[in-house]
Amino acid sequence: MNILVCIKQVPGSNNVEVDPVTGTLKRSGVKSKMNPYDLYALEMALSLQEKIGGTVETLTMGPPQAKDIIVESVCMGAKRGFVLSDRNFAGADVLATAYTVSQGIRICGQYDLIICGKQTTDGDTAQVGAEVAEYLGYPNVSNVLSVDGMKDGVISLTASLDEEIVKMTVKTPCVISADGDINTPRLPSYKVKQAITEDAVTFLSMQDFSDKDAEHYGLHGSATQVERIFPPEKTKERRVLEGTAEEQTAAIFDLVCRQKLI
Amino acid sequence: MGKLVIDQSRVNPENAASITSVCPFNAISYQNGKLDISAACKMCKICTKKTGGIITYEETEKKEVDKSLWKGICVYADHRGDTVHRVTYELCGKARELAKVTGHPVYALLIGSGVEGCAKRLLRYGVDKVFVYDDPVFKGFRIEPYAAAFYDFIQKIQPSSVLIGATNLGRQLAPRIAARCKAGLTADCTVLEMKENTDLVQIRPAFGGNIMAQIISTHTRPQFCTVRYKVFSEPRPEKEEKGEIVPMTVDPEKTASAIEILSSEEKPKDIDISEADVIVAVGRGASGEKERAQAQELADLLGGVVACSRPLAEANIYDPKRQIGLSGRTVKPKFIITLGISGAVQFAAGMKGSDMIVAINKDKNAPIFDIADYTVVGDVQEILPRLINQVKEAKANVQ
Repeated sequence: MNILVCIKQVPGSNNVEVDPVTGTLKRSGVKSKMNPYDLYALEMALSLQEKIGGTVETLTMGPPQAKDIIVESVCMGAKRGFVLSDRNFAGADVLATAYTVSQGIRICGQYDLIICGKQTTDGDTAQVGAEVAEYLGYPNVSNVLSVDGMKDGVISLTASLDEEIVKMTVKTPCVISADGDINTPRLPSYKVKQAITEDAVTFLSMQDFSDKDAEHYGLHGSATQVERIFPPEKTKERRVLEGTAEEQTAAIFDLVCRQKLI
Repeated sequence: MGKLVIDQSRVNPENAASITSVCPFNAISYQNGKLDISAACKMCKICTKKTGGIITYEETEKKEVDKSLWKGICVYADHRGDTVHRVTYELCGKARELAKVTGHPVYALLIGSGVEGCAKRLLRYGVDKVFVYDDPVFKGFRIEPYAAAFYDFIQKIQPSSVLIGATNLGRQLAPRIAARCKAGLTADCTVLEMKENTDLVQIRPAFGGNIMAQIISTHTRPQFCTVRYKVFSEPRPEKEEKGEIVPMTVDPEKTASAIEILSSEEKPKDIDISEADVIVAVGRGASGEKERAQAQELADLLGGVVACSRPLAEANIYDPKRQIGLSGRTVKPKFIITLGISGAVQFAAGMKGSDMIVAINKDKNAPIFDIADYTVVGDVQEILPRLINQVKEAKANVQ
């Protein structure tokens, strides 16, 4: 089975802040990392490959330095990976991102199974996987807890719906997104990292895609526009409970009584 | 719509470094005497303000949709069996509010098998019409049949805005439909407003939750958004059903599915902090074993539950199901007391709708105090045991 895992590079920390005076974003000097949710997806793919054979490849979209997470995925056991990187992809929303990823997948290879992480920690939308599936015309299943087997081009899996755990079969090719916290992702191998070769990472730009119309990518291909960004409101008036620990405790206790909690 | 244009003739090795440092996302690079903007660009346009005109934003023409052809605010009616998910009612209430601005009708879209009861119940929540796709093919959620019905509805009815609950089901369905319509979708909105020109103003925490982003999809229709359970308030149901149930059908050929459901099992009744009326929330500043035990004791005494902030869930100190915030649960209790939580916006977004927020933190500048109703600058270890004793005493006196 050929598996592709879609991964994303995210900021190492979420400490992006708005400067209250100028209204602009404050630059954060933190390093980037692989989206933590993608590690579960990658582990799911790698352990599946160990069980039933095949290959695992990875794909990301982002600036050239997103190459780092492809290298990391190879060190974890992926065969190789792709970076979709082009200035034309800048400013993409979910729709344009999903379209770009689907265009990339079409030229990267023939995959039976495409696995995404549940969501990213920087966008938190959890939407790109399902939109990619739509563009590829594949079925999609989210919140997958485990892939239980594969037979004659049909995979069986267990997924978490809101109040149910559902077991189902899905004909491949298909897109699934792994739920969070479902396995223990393996660590990257230092040995592999030392031996890694140039051809482990392939860069692809819009010119490599079958659709080369820049209007379909990045900001142009996006349906949503950010009208403005602003620091969160500080609406409520602050009431400070002053005094010693005893006095503060008494004040909190009064509030507990006022809410009729006792 | 537009693009960033770089005036390369004014770029030189001297000013290059100061230009590249303007970008908070490291998207501007300088190589071979030229500036370039990479895919890391988020189009925040800071560079257009801070580079003295070297980088400018150029508007380009975009095809406009005829907005008058798209009418109505639609709520996707999430349900399981015969029970409507409460997020649906919350969205109906919000849709009603939004509709006042444009005078549009409010619709509900219901897809399922044997859902007549759900349809009737929706009519008590201010919905003008409930469009119902009722067919055995919709028994059990499979993406293709649901997407087919949803898309059929969009094409026939042409609603201007579509609000979808951010349940596991909604999160699969919404992007699928939005992509099919090539339309905008904004996830996890915390504020929705309507412009007179029918543009839906969607506000959500962005960039990890420390900034709010106001988003519109002015060039496409419909406008899709998802909203989490308990972000908006549930309206009181009307005494009588009002409005109309409209049966709908979709071409059976379009509901074929590659998915076969083998079995479905009720999830074991689990910790559900989103339903709790009282929450004791533990953060990094109170994550010791002793504090955690005391937090649990206080929660038990007050008939509440213990919840936690993101770092504690990520460190596996608490079950992720107890996590409050954008990447955890949204809660709306009557009373929440936060212990040693600094209050990143992503956390605040998940609990700021609480009736009463009491925050204890050593750091008087902790952001949690910006949303707290009652600020307690102090040591959790000093206050918590005293509070427990006081509550215990009071309870003993009552009995």
